[in-house]
Amino acid sequence: MTPFAPDVFTWPSDEPQLIGGRCPACGAVTFPVQGSCARCGSVDVEQHLLPRRGTLWTFTTQEFLPKEPYAGGETPETFRPYGVGLVQLGDEVRVEGRLTEADPAKLRIGMEVELTVVPFRVEEDGTEVMVFAFAPVEQGEG
Amino acid sequence: MTDVAIIGVGLHPFGRFGPKSAIDMGADAVRAALADAGIDWSDVQFAFGGSFEVDNPDAVTSRLGLTGIPFMDVYNGCATAASALQLTADGIRSGQYDIGVAVGMDKHEPGAFTSDPVDYAAPPWYGEIGHFLTTKFFAMKINRYMHDHGITPETLARVAAKGYRNGVLNPNAFRRKPITEEQILESRILNYPLTQYMFCSPDEGAAAVVLCGADIATRYTSTPVYLRATTLRTRRYGAFEVHASWAAVDQDAAPTVYASKAAYEQAGIGPEDVDVVQLQDTDAGAEVIHMAENGFCADGEQEKLIAEGATEIGGRLPVNTDGGLIANGEPIGASGLRQVHELVLQLRGQAGERQVGGMPRVGYAQLYGAPGTAAVSILST
Repeated sequence: MTPFAPDVFTWPSDEPQLIGGRCPACGAVTFPVQGSCARCGSVDVEQHLLPRRGTLWTFTTQEFLPKEPYAGGETPETFRPYGVGLVQLGDEVRVEGRLTEADPAKLRIGMEVELTVVPFRVEEDGTEVMVFAFAPVEQGEG
Repeated sequence: MTDVAIIGVGLHPFGRFGPKSAIDMGADAVRAALADAGIDWSDVQFAFGGSFEVDNPDAVTSRLGLTGIPFMDVYNGCATAASALQLTADGIRSGQYDIGVAVGMDKHEPGAFTSDPVDYAAPPWYGEIGHFLTTKFFAMKINRYMHDHGITPETLARVAAKGYRNGVLNPNAFRRKPITEEQILESRILNYPLTQYMFCSPDEGAAAVVLCGADIATRYTSTPVYLRATTLRTRRYGAFEVHASWAAVDQDAAPTVYASKAAYEQAGIGPEDVDVVQLQDTDAGAEVIHMAENGFCADGEQEKLIAEGATEIGGRLPVNTDGGLIANGEPIGASGLRQVHELVLQLRGQAGERQVGGMPRVGYAQLYGAPGTAAVSILST
């Protein structure tokens, strides 16, 4: 297994966290970490691990196969829709991520979700490429 | 500062035109605008051209006449045409020129737009994992808006059906067949809650306008339309915008809200004075949200207004009278000048079967697109 990109989430980990950025000057938090602050322009942004749990601020489903640069490896025949959400992590930042649930009937704005890492595609040599995603937290568990 | 008048508008139809190039469509649009103004290309002192697909819209000079004029090329996403319009107007406002042309042209492949996300300041992996889709953003924005403000899928279907209905009346439109609300709701979901027929399509086309100083406008036309405001705003920290992997919790309004407020201030009028409106309807939800972002109603009022038919051609707030993006598609560089073309016809009383009643005096056009850029133009007789 290999992450789809370096330095996006902590890996390997049983409790993976997204790697964001925080501006020491103004406190703005971004995802992923970027070279300068989106609010004040400071170039001293620090790496900052984001909370694992959050609430679903909004969501949609991706029901058609995206064009390149999408690299999921599916064909129109094998493509399965996936959910995408904007998740508010604590009071720090809202981040976009895949959802493990693709049925809108099972998704609800405001529901609690948790970061997980799921297979995204399989390379020719059999390596599973992993991507971050948010999974609904089972009721009663949280 | 010199006021600016629109003395000519021209359009190459929007749709699919086989091998015809964007440059040739742009040339047709300019010729039509020049004929409308009753002037020759040799009278034009400068121009701005906008396009996504064409690197150098100024190449259109090879079809119109190589007169050597300053012809500058601009790109601002879906707000490109508004940038061409604003910069042309500014050239006249500053007193540097008397007569100029703004032209937009494009020729897109079918299907959702794509590009390199890095060029939008998004992470390099943003497209690889399937997030780099404008349709996904618009779906997420309207889903939250429906949740917060009680907008129903039926309202989205009404908006789309109106777009197709108005397109039937527009000989230049791409989609000219009526589609019922039921068909729209039952068509394939592309990005929940938006269905296939709730989205516009990228296509091909061109549009052009001829501008001059207001003081000389009556030399060319007895029906000048004045450009009262042209504004463009980029996103602020805290806005939830297209092609972004994150948004701040500390929420701010969309760039359209700021462009709109600035435009009303520049024009010295308010939304209650506007008689005919063109909004960026990339999807039916965007039209609904943009009604509020541009000050035409409060959040949530759209549900009732649209059910009552207020935004129909015969309603009290006609929106997207030429079918908008939903019926015309979106050749990015031309789209905003298509809006201006329609407003000018409406304000002159030349919109034929689409003409709104009551001799409209004030027209309003809004654009919104990647990576969070909005523009507003206000016109009046």
